[in-house]
Amino acid sequence: MNKISDNVKILSGNEACAHAALAVGVRFFAGYPITPSSEIAEVLANELPKYDGVFIQMEDELASIGAIIGASLTGVKAMTATSGPGFSLMQENIGFAIMAEIPCVIVNVMRGGPSTGLPTLPSQGDVMQARWGTHGDHQSIALAPFSVREVFEMTVRAFNLSEKYRTPVILLLDEIIGHVNEKVVFPSENEFEIINRPKPKDKDNYLPYDETVSDIPAMANFGTGYRYHVTGLAHDETGFPTNNGEKINQLLQRLERKIIKHTEDIVQVEEFHLSDAEIGIIAYGSAARSARHAVKLARELGLKAGMLRLKTIWPFAEKQIQDFSDKVKIWIVPELNMGQIAHEVEWAVRGKVNVVKYNKVNGEPINPHEILECIKENAHV
Amino acid sequence: MFEYDYYLRKSKMPLIWCPGCGDGIILKSLIRAVHKNGFTKDNVVMVSGIGCSSRLTGYVDFNTLHTTHGRAITYATGIKLAKPHLNVIVVTGDGDATSIGGNHYIHAARRNIDLTVLLFNNQIYGMTGGQVSPTTPSGKKATTAPYGSSENIFNISGLAIAAGAPFVARSTVANPVQMERYINKALQKKGFSVVEIMTPCPTTFGRRNKLGAGVDMLKWQKENSVSIKSAEKLSPLELDEKIVTGIFVDIEKPECRTEYQKVIDQLK
Repeated sequence: MNKISDNVKILSGNEACAHAALAVGVRFFAGYPITPSSEIAEVLANELPKYDGVFIQMEDELASIGAIIGASLTGVKAMTATSGPGFSLMQENIGFAIMAEIPCVIVNVMRGGPSTGLPTLPSQGDVMQARWGTHGDHQSIALAPFSVREVFEMTVRAFNLSEKYRTPVILLLDEIIGHVNEKVVFPSENEFEIINRPKPKDKDNYLPYDETVSDIPAMANFGTGYRYHVTGLAHDETGFPTNNGEKINQLLQRLERKIIKHTEDIVQVEEFHLSDAEIGIIAYGSAARSARHAVKLARELGLKAGMLRLKTIWPFAEKQIQDFSDKVKIWIVPELNMGQIAHEVEWAVRGKVNVVKYNKVNGEPINPHEILECIKENAHV
Repeated sequence: MFEYDYYLRKSKMPLIWCPGCGDGIILKSLIRAVHKNGFTKDNVVMVSGIGCSSRLTGYVDFNTLHTTHGRAITYATGIKLAKPHLNVIVVTGDGDATSIGGNHYIHAARRNIDLTVLLFNNQIYGMTGGQVSPTTPSGKKATTAPYGSSENIFNISGLAIAAGAPFVARSTVANPVQMERYINKALQKKGFSVVEIMTPCPTTFGRRNKLGAGVDMLKWQKENSVSIKSAEKLSPLELDEKIVTGIFVDIEKPECRTEYQKVIDQLK
């Protein structure tokens, strides 16, 4: 990390993620080394003890996610960071955190897959795993920054959403975003909002999963005098397992509702030259960097191109995409995968607009000129 | 005044366990040991995995956490590291801790984190209906070893000893006084402590292997338990069918959270 002044620094996406975590109050990190995410662990190993926090390198990713869920239950903000293979190992326990409603943040610095794949090369192949990686019906929150500055902002946001909605939040970086070095202006403490989980008030009548007041029940920290039961089994408002169909349905519907009803709060997109665009691009993460440049080049050629950048991947920006589908003639979706989000876009536009995929899975980033060619090819269709 | 009820969630009873199961005997010994140690209920966190043993957490009036299969020790590690003043007890079984969760078991022992692990060894997967476990003796039958197990078993206590745990003991539900004493010592130990408790499963292990009802299996435990001292005089062949009980290790060793605190304090 190079320091320009006290609050302006040059640092990589992974470093920015670690520093943002400290700024938002993370005091526990458990992880397992994996390329290209390890710098996040390394920075936090160095910094956390200075903040009275704890860093631990666990024996594997199953253990890492278990440890952060345990730590979070005691009221400490906790996170882990990994890449594809480790993210796969974490899935069952991500489901636990969804079911038991334990806030935590999982950073996945995506690399090429499947399997060991391409450890040092970028990919966006885990966006669907971020949505459906764990078993059973569930909602998912996943964010995808496209610059180092945005890594900082979105790490803060990931924790805020996690605490606010009591659910794990997945921060999707990729190898490019994790390793690129850029200038970041560190916001001072009062310049960003910090949201903490809803707290209970009444010790005697505490129901850990009470839904009568809010879809997001108040969460008591372990060891603070509220003795309650937490389980991954289907449970009722008391926290204890139940086989009562009505109670099970109530729980699963609430878990769904607490995210779906707040889509507007969670989903963020950025428009780039989109107001008069005829050729629309939908992109996220590192592919959006190339797409942004391609839009500029296309505009220089007089082509009306624009981009809708997904800052939130899940829940999906269905409404925003539909709104612009009345204006654009085509959507081009460049991705470092075989078209995982393009399929979602196709579903969202319901056949109203043609969706063209532009995909790359050979470990190379997408060159802006490749997207420009794609824009040109589709400009006069 | 000691009362079991003070520590129990009686509204959650009857217990899920079958008639003749030893797990209820462990529950009582555990409560007596917690009481003896004078732990306040608010400061006890009991963490379990998946299986018959792990349903114990639902019945005790502590901060209780019923996690995923094999991972109880990892959740407990996070809790202890984040809030070291809490008394963190893990309740797990032979399949949970040494099959699917084996890696966490040995690493927690190596790391020496201050957790107390009660490992219910019933030599079978009871909850799922009697499948072979890493401690099902070779030759014994299970639904997934219908002709008798062809494999060797884990020595669960031996595993913890080899991995460096500073307190390791084995007892049986046939000897609840001894079991309680060992749990008591394990709770006092500053470090990773394991009490392996042999507990009969008449429903899915005993019946299939013609070992009789719960009482018969308890009698067998009683007749075939030998202390470490007596075991020294027996040959490996003679020990084959015996349960060696006693405290195998009881030493002092640097505990990882305490050591980490020194790092934090140095950086201040």
